Amino acid sequence: MNEIVASWAERIRAAAADGRALNLQGGGSKDFHGRRAVGEDFALAEHAGVVDYEPTELVVTVRGGTPLAELEALLAAQGQFLAFEPPHFGAGATVAGCVAAGLSGPRRASVGAVRDFVLGVKLLDGRGEVLSFGGQVMKNVAGYDVSRLVAGSLGTLGVILELSLKVLPRPPREATLRFELAEGEAIDRLNDWGGQPLPISASAWSAGVLTLRLSGAEAAVAAAITRLGGEQLADDQASAFWDDVKEQRSPLYTLAGHEQLWRLSLPSSAAPLRLSGRQVIEWGGAQRWLAGDLPAAQVRGRAAELGGHATLFRGGDRASEVFSPLPAPLFALHRRLKATFDPAGIFNPGRLYQGL
Amino acid sequence: MMETTEDLPAFALTEVDYSGLDRARVVQALAKVLPVGALLFDSEDVRPYECDGLASYRAVPLAVALPSTEEEVVAILRTCSELGVPVVARGAGTGLSGGAQPHPHGLLLSMARFNRILHLDAHARTAVVQPGVRNLSISEAAAPHNLYYAPDPSSQLACTIGGNVAENAGGVHCLKYGLTVHNLLRVRAVTMEGEIIELGGHALDAPGYDLLALFTGSEGMLGVVTEVTVKLTPKPQIARCVLATFDDVTKAGEAVAAVIAAGIIPAGLEMMDQPATAAVEEFVRAGYPLDAKAILLSEADGTPEEVAEEIARVSEVLQASGAGEIRVSRDEAERLRFWAGRKAAFPAAGRISPDYYCMDGTIPRKRLGEMLEAIQGMEGRYGLRCLNVFHAGDGNLHPLILFDANQPGELERAEAFGTEILELSVAFGGTITGEHGVGIEKVGQMCVQFGERERKQFFRVKSAFDPDGLLNPGKAIPTLNRCAEYGRMHVQGGALPHPELPRF
Ligand SMILES: Cc1cc2nc3c(=O)[nH]c(=O)nc-3n(C[C@H](O)[C@H](O)[C@H](O)COP(=O)(O)OP(=O)(O)OC[C@H]3O[C@@H](n4cnc5c(N)ncnc54)[C@H](O)[C@@H]3O)c2cc1C
Repeated sequence: MNEIVASWAERIRAAAADGRALNLQGGGSKDFHGRRAVGEDFALAEHAGVVDYEPTELVVTVRGGTPLAELEALLAAQGQFLAFEPPHFGAGATVAGCVAAGLSGPRRASVGAVRDFVLGVKLLDGRGEVLSFGGQVMKNVAGYDVSRLVAGSLGTLGVILELSLKVLPRPPREATLRFELAEGEAIDRLNDWGGQPLPISASAWSAGVLTLRLSGAEAAVAAAITRLGGEQLADDQASAFWDDVKEQRSPLYTLAGHEQLWRLSLPSSAAPLRLSGRQVIEWGGAQRWLAGDLPAAQVRGRAAELGGHATLFRGGDRASEVFSPLPAPLFALHRRLKATFDPAGIFNPGRLYQGL
Repeated sequence: MMETTEDLPAFALTEVDYSGLDRARVVQALAKVLPVGALLFDSEDVRPYECDGLASYRAVPLAVALPSTEEEVVAILRTCSELGVPVVARGAGTGLSGGAQPHPHGLLLSMARFNRILHLDAHARTAVVQPGVRNLSISEAAAPHNLYYAPDPSSQLACTIGGNVAENAGGVHCLKYGLTVHNLLRVRAVTMEGEIIELGGHALDAPGYDLLALFTGSEGMLGVVTEVTVKLTPKPQIARCVLATFDDVTKAGEAVAAVIAAGIIPAGLEMMDQPATAAVEEFVRAGYPLDAKAILLSEADGTPEEVAEEIARVSEVLQASGAGEIRVSRDEAERLRFWAGRKAAFPAAGRISPDYYCMDGTIPRKRLGEMLEAIQGMEGRYGLRCLNVFHAGDGNLHPLILFDANQPGELERAEAFGTEILELSVAFGGTITGEHGVGIEKVGQMCVQFGERERKQFFRVKSAFDPDGLLNPGKAIPTLNRCAEYGRMHVQGGALPHPELPRF
């Protein structure tokens, strides 16, 4: 065990013994995410660095505190990338924070989420012990898949020391098309296209305009452009656009003091929301952002009616529930599971749910 | 639940003895909650369930239940929970690691009657199916919409989606389209205590922990699946396959790495060595060249333009990696013929040998050549032949060890041979199982794959779902005592004790 890890283990054991909550901190770029943090700050960014990277194996292993930007630059130099296109939401974003937050970017609907690319994890658990799950190979069914469980757990299960992630070659060609379409039409069109072998890698609709990205082999992208029509964006304009979508830089996301940003995760073909506010639709219809000022119950109710769930993403009351409440048996299971990793309940208590 | 000071469930320490169960009482209690014909307990009726695809391990269950509704599953599990009876769920029984092998004092819960596709939404590209539905029938049902269910285990004609979820099954096309875990949206399951839980949902994610990921590949240890929602994928317009020959297995292994390094993710990238090629050629006449030390199959799919582009790039890379002959399938019939050989590898092994033992390690791609050489060495040492078929693109090995169980000592030698391959896979930075699961078969090698801390944590995770450890006991995760014993017999890190002694 290296020195940093040994000292962290010590600190965790002491905190567990006195039942002191720890607020796990990577780069602080996702402090806004989840319920209000409690406990003493536990800074984790110093445990950084690339452990192993073999481009031909399509796997990279890094320490948790490695800056996400640094990892992305390393991969880019080899023509590879994190295909789930994680949002950074700030300069300090770390790789462990990215996985713990479980947020995926514009490419999610076509290539998969963060969890789909997690191959292995090394954790420091609530007993102060280092646990290693999964590995560096693509296919691995030995033992329960704890590595993927860690994605999106918001630091409630343990300190992520190390991660092995699957990486992919960058597609040789990308192109972005634009269409004028009303909301319902855009949702329909996206689902129709989704059922056809088209190289669609991202979509974003707002205010009557659907923007579509194609990625793949030269020939596949060229054929799709001919087939789909629309207006094509210049490459630099397109990449700035998708970066803004990923990082939520458009003015649509700028909240007035009383407003909140909701994330609705729905079946892709779900009907239009018909809720007041500014909207961005991504992931072929499966992710819908809503900025405005509506009662939580109304947003949650509508999400449930449409077969999905809603998260209070930014703004609003972070002392109450941020994520959609779980059915009782499932919540009980969450509590039991959390206790197996963190018996004293010291890691980010209440960040995901009250009482977890 | 008994607990030690380390908050471990009692069943983590040593296997529980269930021999004291009162069989008559169990059968009587189950008969009360099941309709006539849904409970079998006569020995000739339960005998057909004594093993799965790993036929060298057998056990006759106390009884077999064949529920057809979720209420019946709940009632069965509640009853067994109350009486402390072990339960083993079963799909089609094609598993290759003994996961569905019955417990001799437990109930075998067959999900065969859950065989309906409940709903197929072509627009949203999802299908809601019961767990006993066969893998291939989902694709058949989706075909009129030009959609299919991507994971395609070679057993797809027979294996069930419930079994696929439990094993996180893969297939030839998983390199590009992902494993079962990447193609599921939702699982509905009943816990051992009879609670219904839904993991995932019809959106792309669900609130809370990603229990869908945790559950996938959990080998029937955490709950009984009663309903599954899968994603459907649009069928590519066309597919073509490249067949390349190599005069050296190491070169073939390096060619695999070179294809990936060139930024190409083929729809399938498979490798067979010469003995495997010869065996299948005799069986299906796929037209494989017999003089090559190894052949590679690389498939491209997509639009015609895209496929032409990829075929050209792949051929170039293979050429540069020292391929001899390169053939490209000219039509669908020829493409299917190329694959027919690969897909017939298991039955071909069964045809040239009375028995075969299929291994399932995964290693980093760059070590494929080294592994093949090591296996050749083992063939000599164990006095047994081995055919090698690999899902090379993702480093997943299926060495097929040939043996004759009627010859005294051969089964034991085949098992020792297999163990050595698996331990070498771990030593190479890989894993003992890529897609077939640990089951009963590799429970010993789990002691090498994981340290004690991880194994303890697995038991704690298990107990969060199943506090009394009644679901599929003795499988997947070895007890601490078992590993202590294994450690006495084997040296960690891939080497067997006393390598100087002949092993046959
Ligand atoms: C010739 C051949 C080729 C094969 N090729 C491949 C391949 O290419 N890729 C691959 O991944 N596998 C392959 N397999 C292995 C096997 O087919 C898969 O593991 C398959 O997923 C098992 O499905 P099954 O329905 O037969 O499950 P079973 O064998 O009946 O059960 C497997 C496990 O799942 C559990 N289970 C079954 N149903 C449920 C349920 N409803 N709820 C909870 N647990 C359940 C059982 O308890 C058991 O642990 C092959 C097998 C054979 C015989």
